[in-house]
Amino acid sequence: MDGILLLAVLFLVAGVIAVPIASRLGLGSVLGYLIAGIALSPLLHQLHVDVVSIQHFAEFGVVMMLFLVGLELEPRMLWAMRDRLLGLGGLQVVLTVAVITGIAMLLGQPWSIALAVGLVLSLSSTAIVLQTLNEKGLMKSDGGQSSFSVLLFQDIAVIPMLAFIPLLAIPELADVATTAAHGAGESDHGSLSLVDRLDGWQRAFVTAGAIGFVVVGGSFLTRPVFRFIAMARLRELFTAFALLLVVGIALLMIVVGLSPALGTFLAGVVLANSEYRHELESDIDPFKGLLLGLFFITVGAAIRFDLLFANLGSIVAMTIGLIGLKAAILYALGRAFGISGSDRWLFTLGLAQAGEFGFVLLSFTVANSVIPAAIAQQLLLVVTLSMLLTPLLFIVFDKLIAPRFARSQSREADEIEEQGSVIIAGHGRFGGIVNRILLSAGYKTVVLDYQSEQLEMLRTFGIKVYFGDAMRPDLLHAAGIEEARMLVIAIDERENTTELVRYVTEKYPHVYIVARAMDRHHVYELWAAGARDIIRDTFDSSVRAGRSALEALGVHPYDAERQVRGYVLNDKEHMFELASVFDPDVPPHENAEYVEKTKTYLDRYEQAMRGNSAAFGSRLDRGWVPPTLDDLEAEITAAEPDDEST
Amino acid sequence: MARPLVYYAHPGHKYSHVNRYMARAAAAVDGVTFVDLYRDYPRFDIDVNVEQQRLMDHDVVLFQFPLFWYSTPSIIKEWEDLVLEHGFAYGHDGDKLAGKRMMLAVSGAGPKDAYTHAGYQHYPIRTFLTPLEQTARLCKMHFPAPYVLYAALRAPEAGLVEPHIDGYRQLLEAIRDDRYDFDAAEKMDIVTFDNLPIRAKA
Repeated sequence: MDGILLLAVLFLVAGVIAVPIASRLGLGSVLGYLIAGIALSPLLHQLHVDVVSIQHFAEFGVVMMLFLVGLELEPRMLWAMRDRLLGLGGLQVVLTVAVITGIAMLLGQPWSIALAVGLVLSLSSTAIVLQTLNEKGLMKSDGGQSSFSVLLFQDIAVIPMLAFIPLLAIPELADVATTAAHGAGESDHGSLSLVDRLDGWQRAFVTAGAIGFVVVGGSFLTRPVFRFIAMARLRELFTAFALLLVVGIALLMIVVGLSPALGTFLAGVVLANSEYRHELESDIDPFKGLLLGLFFITVGAAIRFDLLFANLGSIVAMTIGLIGLKAAILYALGRAFGISGSDRWLFTLGLAQAGEFGFVLLSFTVANSVIPAAIAQQLLLVVTLSMLLTPLLFIVFDKLIAPRFARSQSREADEIEEQGSVIIAGHGRFGGIVNRILLSAGYKTVVLDYQSEQLEMLRTFGIKVYFGDAMRPDLLHAAGIEEARMLVIAIDERENTTELVRYVTEKYPHVYIVARAMDRHHVYELWAAGARDIIRDTFDSSVRAGRSALEALGVHPYDAERQVRGYVLNDKEHMFELASVFDPDVPPHENAEYVEKTKTYLDRYEQAMRGNSAAFGSRLDRGWVPPTLDDLEAEITAAEPDDEST
Repeated sequence: MARPLVYYAHPGHKYSHVNRYMARAAAAVDGVTFVDLYRDYPRFDIDVNVEQQRLMDHDVVLFQFPLFWYSTPSIIKEWEDLVLEHGFAYGHDGDKLAGKRMMLAVSGAGPKDAYTHAGYQHYPIRTFLTPLEQTARLCKMHFPAPYVLYAALRAPEAGLVEPHIDGYRQLLEAIRDDRYDFDAAEKMDIVTFDNLPIRAKA
């Protein structure tokens, strides 16, 4: 217990110190974590901490990240990506494997080792790249999307690779392997596997069954379970269930011999259409962040500096050669697939490293007697070093390449702005109408509501609403408040509305807010909180009711309309006047000045309505009032001298 | 029997000296369809389908309005912009109004001699009405002389309101009964209550 706490404190301290400094220096969080890991490594060594096993644990962050990536990807989008996924991703893996294998053979390695090395090094780092792209807001750019396609293909390709590598086994290495196997993550997974002893067709059947379970279960079971949990109205239950979902699916995949990352990704895609999507996202996100951070720290901490310095020249040369080679292939592919400008460079530099799946494959190859341990250790350093260099490549991209394409980049930024959606908090009688109006005008909306009974009902009518409490910052974040253009606050609770206005105007000043006010005093509170577009929820309907009444009493509909418009304008004026004396800390009826002003106003209004005051109510009567006959006379005489002169 | 359609437009209805009484009289004539545009569309959301159907159901379309700034009250402009669609009123296949008649009943504040080149309005009243006349022409409609009341603000003291309203009623009845001499009216400049081209029999 003490040991765990000590480790936790060490990792947390290192992260908390290194990451902000790295971010401040523009190096990105990933490099910060890596540096923290390097700094910690002597200490961890002293404490005899098994960094590699922590790393295997932290790899779960990648699994969670793919779940989150899946949540962002609706099946339709995934289908639309299929060309890039198979074409770009497939070619990247095949070409890279071929070239690296060829080079390794030229360097005198037997073909089986060469091929295994090719497989290990062809993969890039999903963790670093996606994390960095998200951090820099480049995920939606063409380069980001292409990178994602390749990474996704690689993550899927790991599965057949794991199946294929044992076939490359070299008998002479088998003895060494039995000792090396201990501590290697994949062999642990192997011990859980149910399918090892099954025939091929049984295996296929179990695999298909597991995938089917994830898809069908994700589509039909999660909703009732979520509804059941929502009844308890306890936030941590959602978090618990979200974790259970991800961990459970990962476990299921391991049991049937599939990649847990792929399984949770699939679950994410299945749930991308669910109304609980943003809730899941905000629940899993912190865990993903912490685990990935831990993962990067362990990558830094696991660098064997003694080995590195012993072979410094060759390892650095291999790393640079690897990055150069992968970059060249990526650049050529980017060209072939029409990725242009800065996007092609982002794609090229972003994916040029080897990745965390390389670690997994390396330990697996050693365990399966494919690669001798000595070579594996050197490769491990190459992979680590290339990952360490990735944030630097991103810096090169940011500082040297992106500015050269600054013009095209700014155009992209506009496009993203166009896509920016409207978040509607609360889908009751108020928000529902706002949503329908925006949708019918072709805008994208994200609707949040936390009454799950209502969600069910709306879903049956085909209206997309997500479960979640808009008051939670993490949920707003998951709903995309950073990229949103607007937030419409249509919730019933008055204090919460004010609170939300205050939070969003402060934190996201670019988001335009339309706020629902309960009454006049609430309007003042919202104004003070920073809202500028404030709609009293019953005001317009009351005005219409008044107009209806006038019409029914025989007033000409156009006169009724004018009357009511006059009322609305005067009311606005009155509102501004009273706002200046309103004090949120004093109830209005105890605010003497406020009461006095209201009385004067009401008096003036009554006078105006009775036609006793020219100045105030005249707006209602102006226009179309004919001049008196005397005025008419004066006008004509004024016009006539001009006539006589012609 | 012709089917007349009267469009009445006066935003200041309640301040009107003449038009509101004309409207009341028109609405009371049997066989006349009377539409108060400001009543039907107080928020200007004109129903194009309804209006086009109305036009197709009638032979004579009469706009009754006070002349504001040498033009119609704004709702008539809105009505024209929306209802007289391409493909309906004009342009390719736009022949739904062909052969129908567009008539005006207007009141102006200035006296008759103001609407002359020497007068303070500088132009004859027909000049101010040419946009409507050309609108009718583009829609292949006939444009008989408008029914005019000059010096409308002085009409009550001059005792001209009653004769003008009577004339208006007779005009509408004559159109309904096919006794209105449109051929003669098309040759006239303006018609007033004392020179209506009405025949005794259809």
